[in-house]
Amino acid sequence: MPLIEARNISIRIPTEDGVVHAARNLSFTVEAGSLFGIAGESGSGKSVLIQAIMGLLPQAEIEGECLFQGQDLLAMSQDELRALRGRQIGMVFQDPLSSLHPYYSIGRQITEVIHTHEDVSKAEARRRAAEMLEKVGIVNAAARLDDFPHQFSGGMRQRVMIAMALILEPPLIFADEPTTALDVTVQAQIMELLKRMCDELGVTIVMITHDLGLLSSVADRVMILYAGHRLELGPAGAVFGTPAHPYTQGLLLSSPGISGPDEALMSIPGRPPSLLATPRGCIFAPRCPQAQDICRTPPPVREYADGSAALCHFEPVPHDMEALSHGDRMADATGAAPLVSIRGLTKTYRIASGFARTRELQVIKGIDLDVIRGETLGLVGESGCGKSTLARIVAGLEPATGGEVNFDGTRLSDVSGQDWRELRKRVQIVFQDPYGSLNPRRRVGAIIGAPLKIHGLAQGAALKDEVRRLMGLVGLNPEHYNRFPNEFSGGQRQRIGIARALALKPDLMIFDEPVSALDVSIQAQILNLIRELQDELNLTSLFISHDLTVVRHMCDRIAVMNGGQIIELEEAGKIFAAPREEYTRTLLAASHVPPRPATPEHRELIATLPQQGAV
Amino acid sequence: MGQFQTRNQKATTEAETAEAGDAPVVVQRSSASLTFRRLARDPASVIAFVFIIALVAFAVGAPLVEAWTGHGPIEQYRETALSPVGLPVGPNAEFLLGGDQLGRDVLVRIAYGARVSLLVGVLASLLAATIGVTVGMLAGYFGGWVDVVLGRLMDLVMSVPFLLCALALVSVFGPSLPLSVSVIVFFSWTTIGRVIRAETTSLARREFVQASRSLGAGHGYILLRDILPNLALTIIIYTTMLIPNAIVFEATLSYLGMGIVPPTPSWGGMLAEAGANSIYLVAWWLVVFPGLALLASTLAFNILGDGLRDALDPSARGRAVLRKKKKTKG
Repeated sequence: MPLIEARNISIRIPTEDGVVHAARNLSFTVEAGSLFGIAGESGSGKSVLIQAIMGLLPQAEIEGECLFQGQDLLAMSQDELRALRGRQIGMVFQDPLSSLHPYYSIGRQITEVIHTHEDVSKAEARRRAAEMLEKVGIVNAAARLDDFPHQFSGGMRQRVMIAMALILEPPLIFADEPTTALDVTVQAQIMELLKRMCDELGVTIVMITHDLGLLSSVADRVMILYAGHRLELGPAGAVFGTPAHPYTQGLLLSSPGISGPDEALMSIPGRPPSLLATPRGCIFAPRCPQAQDICRTPPPVREYADGSAALCHFEPVPHDMEALSHGDRMADATGAAPLVSIRGLTKTYRIASGFARTRELQVIKGIDLDVIRGETLGLVGESGCGKSTLARIVAGLEPATGGEVNFDGTRLSDVSGQDWRELRKRVQIVFQDPYGSLNPRRRVGAIIGAPLKIHGLAQGAALKDEVRRLMGLVGLNPEHYNRFPNEFSGGQRQRIGIARALALKPDLMIFDEPVSALDVSIQAQILNLIRELQDELNLTSLFISHDLTVVRHMCDRIAVMNGGQIIELEEAGKIFAAPREEYTRTLLAASHVPPRPATPEHRELIATLPQQGAV
Repeated sequence: MGQFQTRNQKATTEAETAEAGDAPVVVQRSSASLTFRRLARDPASVIAFVFIIALVAFAVGAPLVEAWTGHGPIEQYRETALSPVGLPVGPNAEFLLGGDQLGRDVLVRIAYGARVSLLVGVLASLLAATIGVTVGMLAGYFGGWVDVVLGRLMDLVMSVPFLLCALALVSVFGPSLPLSVSVIVFFSWTTIGRVIRAETTSLARREFVQASRSLGAGHGYILLRDILPNLALTIIIYTTMLIPNAIVFEATLSYLGMGIVPPTPSWGGMLAEAGANSIYLVAWWLVVFPGLALLASTLAFNILGDGLRDALDPSARGRAVLRKKKKTKG
């Protein structure tokens, strides 16, 4: 008997803008002891689904039923659910930094769970907590029970969260993006741990993630959600190996690791639909490359012999893998004078805290680096390695503590006053967060035109024309000149940020994690755009990312940073083929790339069911 | 080309597909209309808003009230408004809210008093907000010693005893309208200054300000173009909340004889006169009506300010919902 049997779950959340249809008609079953993955982009309804099942969405209207060990979770009262949560169903949240209470020791937080549900002695509870912490890989657990969350690293805290979820040995654990907030190397460890718990303790894990690469490495069965619809469901091997739905194919193909370094990424055009509207036909049709007239009617569920089911009018067609290649744009590194040359750069922050002595934190410990004209240099490293600080120093947003940065022959430390303004024209940054980097109270036209206005380069009609040209260049509709940033999606906002940075025709562009806040399908669009602009405008750029596959796709040379130092600097191809440093190897091993989907052979169709309750 | 679009075909794919004909249209409401919808859902705010409109109409139409009753604000009607023994008459057909100890019409005086209260309230709050926003933005944006100096200045102003200072000033310069406005402004800019300082500090760390800096924008540009528009909500809300304070301040000053010079009517002054010779013991209307006017208008401005904050500030909305839930449970 399956552990969870969900039938026709629909979730509607009333908001001020109207009713959001967060999930429509979702059915799935989870077998006991398996790892079930729910994948989808942001806004696909994956988290909402779990919250609704757990009874954490009191304001939503929920239809359908979700049987857990034969009981319908959706029909239970809050009290019954409360007894179930923790006892029968554990939960691991996305952000271990904020889901642990900073005021209580971890031992107390874990034993609290035990005491809530069971009548045991304090000593017994502590013994069990220590045992469980030991199991999830915390060394010397008994001694660390009285430590507070801030004394653990991010990965360790996520282990504590997992221990807390497992402490009562519930048959089921929901993990909501358990590794998203962590660094790649730690991600791999946590995934391994979850998988081991699954095997050793027989726990069933339902994991939500947007990371297909990660999911393909661990999941038994997967469900692909898109705008609240279940587009595909099936065994992981079938879904990732021979995806039956064009959306799944598209998602897999748009992962940067799949295409070769000189190929343009496959991208899914457009963006996810609004959840407020009721679709007339297939929800994916507006973005689907295979869409035809029939797609305007609700698609049936097609079930295949290998156990997968897809919500599509068509059986999978072989996709054509011919990829467009970007021109070979390797700059001639030899002999060219570097645009930026960094020598012995250090940066130290002084942390003054109340009465305590001022602490010094050295973020950058002596870096030598050259950026050669026309090349794209990648900076990779995990969070806290100092890569963003380096970028901010090169951009002149922060002064260096020691060493020097030469920009085209000028030493940054010698520049002052008016010259800074001139220099700022030549170095531009594209920021990580497309939501924070645009002023929410200014119109897009004004945001993109700001640099031109500040430097007095264009006025009136000329300014407007230039802004429109830039908007066209980055793939935005120039008619949206008068809109506010909140009327755009994340990907479009990042385009606005790129247009703003391009306005001054800078010599050096710094991309500070430009795609890490975006969904995979959108990420590919932006990466392609950056690639094209680089080819067209012959930009010199510094590309910062934590994601090796992205950097590999974008860059000519890659510098690997760790602990404030550059530990390896090599041409992109070489670093992947033969990494010299141990750390680089760990990074490479930890980054999961989803398998390149094979051309589907003919599959046996066993049933075509009209979608139930379709509109 | 592959089955998926592999190149970003110049000039946009995103926008085109989003606007493709058969995609269902979703109405995006403007923030102004959303604000009105939220405000309209809160009956207290609506009543407060209507009351304030009525109050403004009442103050502006004071001469009409005068013409309608036929009583001037400072004229004395010894025959009709005072009883044979010289005591004021209560509310009756001719004097709707009664007469005062000098035989003047309380209704007309309240109408003219509303003018003073609103004028002082609005003027003083606007001035106080201007000073507070300027000081707060400078302190928050520049930080360092600027912050220390301006921050201590705010502390200093907050620590000056209000009444003592007002008494001293009035005894030196003599009571007048400009003086009371100045005193009120001097004592009320600090609250908004503090709030704006805190908010500017957090705004100055946001990436869009960093972006502006990296474009080469100067401090003035960043302060006026990037930060000020983002403070608009806070400024509107706090200015609205300052108005009732200023009205009460003015009434206090007038009550102590340090505000508006008699015989010009003001609410505080009317209360003072009623209390001065214990006439309120026999003529309750001399206290009740000006007092009610004062109470109702401060309450209305406070409620409106509260409602505006809930409607404009999305982060405060969660709290509002929570509050409502508790109410329905309890």
